Amino acid sequence: MQFVNGRQRVGCDAGFREWAGTGSCVHTEKSQVRLKKTEKGLWVMKHIAIGILGAAALGLVASAASAATLDDVKAKGFIQCGVSTGLAGFSAPDDKGDWQGIDADFCRAVAAAVFGDGTRVKFTPLSAKERFTALQSGEVDILSRNTTWTINRDTALGLNFVGVTYYDGQGFMINAKKLPGVNSALQLSGAAVCVQSGTTTELNLADYFKSNKMEYNPVVFEKLEEVNAAYDAGRCDVYTTDQSGLYGIRLTLGSPADHVVLPEIISKEPLGPAVRQGDDQWYHIVKWTYFALLQAEELGITKANVEEMKTSDNPEIKRVLGQEADTKIGTDLGVSNDWVVNIVKAVGNYGEMFERNVGSGSPLKIARGINALWTKGGLQYAPPIR
Amino acid sequence: MASQEILREEPSRGSFINDPKIRGIFFQAVVVIVLVALVWWIAQNVIANLTRLRIASGFGFLNSRAGFDISESAIAYSSDSTYGRAILVGFLNTVIVAVAGIITATLIGFIIGIGRLSHNWLIRKICTVYVEVFRNIPPLLVIFFWYSGVLAVLPPPRESINLPFSSFLNQRGFYFPRAVWGDGSWLILVALLLGIAMAWFVARKARQRQMATGQQFPVFWTSTALIIGLPLLAYALSGFPLSFDYPKQSTFNLTGGFQVRPEFLSLYLALSCYTAAFIAEIVRAGIRGVNKGQTEAAAALGLRAGPILRLVVIPQAMRIVIPPLTSQYLNLTKNSSLAIAIGYPDLTAIAGTVLNQTGQAVEGVVIMMAVYLALSLLTSAIMNVVNARMALVER
Repeated sequence: MQFVNGRQRVGCDAGFREWAGTGSCVHTEKSQVRLKKTEKGLWVMKHIAIGILGAAALGLVASAASAATLDDVKAKGFIQCGVSTGLAGFSAPDDKGDWQGIDADFCRAVAAAVFGDGTRVKFTPLSAKERFTALQSGEVDILSRNTTWTINRDTALGLNFVGVTYYDGQGFMINAKKLPGVNSALQLSGAAVCVQSGTTTELNLADYFKSNKMEYNPVVFEKLEEVNAAYDAGRCDVYTTDQSGLYGIRLTLGSPADHVVLPEIISKEPLGPAVRQGDDQWYHIVKWTYFALLQAEELGITKANVEEMKTSDNPEIKRVLGQEADTKIGTDLGVSNDWVVNIVKAVGNYGEMFERNVGSGSPLKIARGINALWTKGGLQYAPPIR
Repeated sequence: MASQEILREEPSRGSFINDPKIRGIFFQAVVVIVLVALVWWIAQNVIANLTRLRIASGFGFLNSRAGFDISESAIAYSSDSTYGRAILVGFLNTVIVAVAGIITATLIGFIIGIGRLSHNWLIRKICTVYVEVFRNIPPLLVIFFWYSGVLAVLPPPRESINLPFSSFLNQRGFYFPRAVWGDGSWLILVALLLGIAMAWFVARKARQRQMATGQQFPVFWTSTALIIGLPLLAYALSGFPLSFDYPKQSTFNLTGGFQVRPEFLSLYLALSCYTAAFIAEIVRAGIRGVNKGQTEAAAALGLRAGPILRLVVIPQAMRIVIPPLTSQYLNLTKNSSLAIAIGYPDLTAIAGTVLNQTGQAVEGVVIMMAVYLALSLLTSAIMNVVNARMALVER
């Protein structure tokens, strides 16, 4: 049970008492509003409210995002994790309402590192447009929402990206049945293109068509579900987003077999979790959780063998798992010394997480490709844990 | 004795505290100080927090390159334009849909409102059903109804429905031939303006003559002839400079011609239908509010039903109708922000995108609020002028 309905307001009373100090109760209240999204008519009002609340929260909840996110998180007893509104493989609720996907699992890994318990996470679904305000205002502690790392977001938006959990690139999908002659993105001049607003995708799209001197007709929606519905209904010819997203979305369409993803990748989309600036400790915990996932894979530590690995003779494994005598690696970070054990027990290593959510163990069947470890020719590389 | 002295003293002290003038000034001053302090505190808090969170602030971002495209734009816009221009495009889109919606809603509203008072049972009932249906459904659902229920189920571009005059209807919108004006077409515009001016002049003269002599003049037909005839004459004289750009089938869509996108169409239709239901009720209330004796007196003077309505009832009803009508116009303008649900690039949608691309949440929301406020105040101002002209002139 992941507190999905938001009713288990563990830290609310405490947070309410300290409203001026932490503002944590405000977060819980707001996430409740957010999660009642079965009522479709409400969302526009909510959307407008988010903008204003977000802006107000930035100003009024005086030190909601005060330096010690770790203390806030420990006080309320869970991590508030900003995820997408539903992107298969990254963050989407399953038929039981539990959030699944790489991004959701990453938050569980951080919860495991902090609390030793991967279930102490509450998820806040955010549209592309709401996500940064939600993090800036302290509504979520981590933004783990297939978000592209860019310099603007790292600087002017007051965020810090911790790493790249998935190297992606933007692609195009078309309905091959309706457009049999099209097999390259360069043939798309004049097409109506469905795209989600407020994303890097929207910007790359404009750049790509401009640099190739092609015309297009943008059909822009704010929510992923709306873009999906519009594409499925034939309002546009082309769907563009990160290629992994296209594979995920294709599964949700009326007849997935009719749709093909075109070969062109038009941009670099390094997707990763982000935290607020100005809290180095929290930044380090989240960043090293990511590295620990990679390190565990590199050392062959899996969910299944983590207990027996504890007694390994390999000094590196012993060090990573906190079994060295008088180790201070975990406590220096602000978590317990067996943090890596907890992480791997909760979600497995990076490779397991990948295969389970987007790779061979999932309907998406995406190959590791450049997301393989550096030892296997990929880009995933962790600095040493020592 | 002592108590008497105190009693004598009290009125003088009480008069100072109880002086309504001084008390009024005091409380107004307190309210102003509290308000200013509150605004100052909020502003300081926002600035301090933005600085602490290391979020860039200020309105400088409006001059940066936007980088995204907008599907519908009344002015020249490309991804190389600035954020400021993008917001302007959104603002104009809001104005376009609001103005078009207001005109249509007023027309439908008046027809339905008068229809509800018809002596014909069927017309009366149809109008009642219309009002009750649209008034009791949230506007967002009306928008979804038009977008997903009506326009999305139209055929794809390759199987477009052919309409007269080379127009096409498909799920990408409504396409019709676009007029291409050749050399000398300015003459047509001049003729049109001239026709309107002359029609106005004729109407004025006719009214004066009727006032003086009681003789009537067929103003409507003369005006129609002037407004249509003069431009046609100019068109012929300047050598038929008008040609048409017809929509044609291409790989993906129809190209050429003029495209009205389903996003605009559904928002426009939904806002018009929805607001018209309220306007109909306002019109009905206005007409009902005119004393029955007025109608009877007009009838006793020998006026027929049409002129009674046009000359006696409606002018008086307008005085009742205009103030609540203003509220409906404002509602329609503000409801246009529901466009975001179907992806029409109005102010809210574009300012939201800008807000997200730049991260300037506070500035973005401030811009949106200021623009809507200005738009609403402008609408109110215009309607107040209309109201002042309609008001009863006492002699």
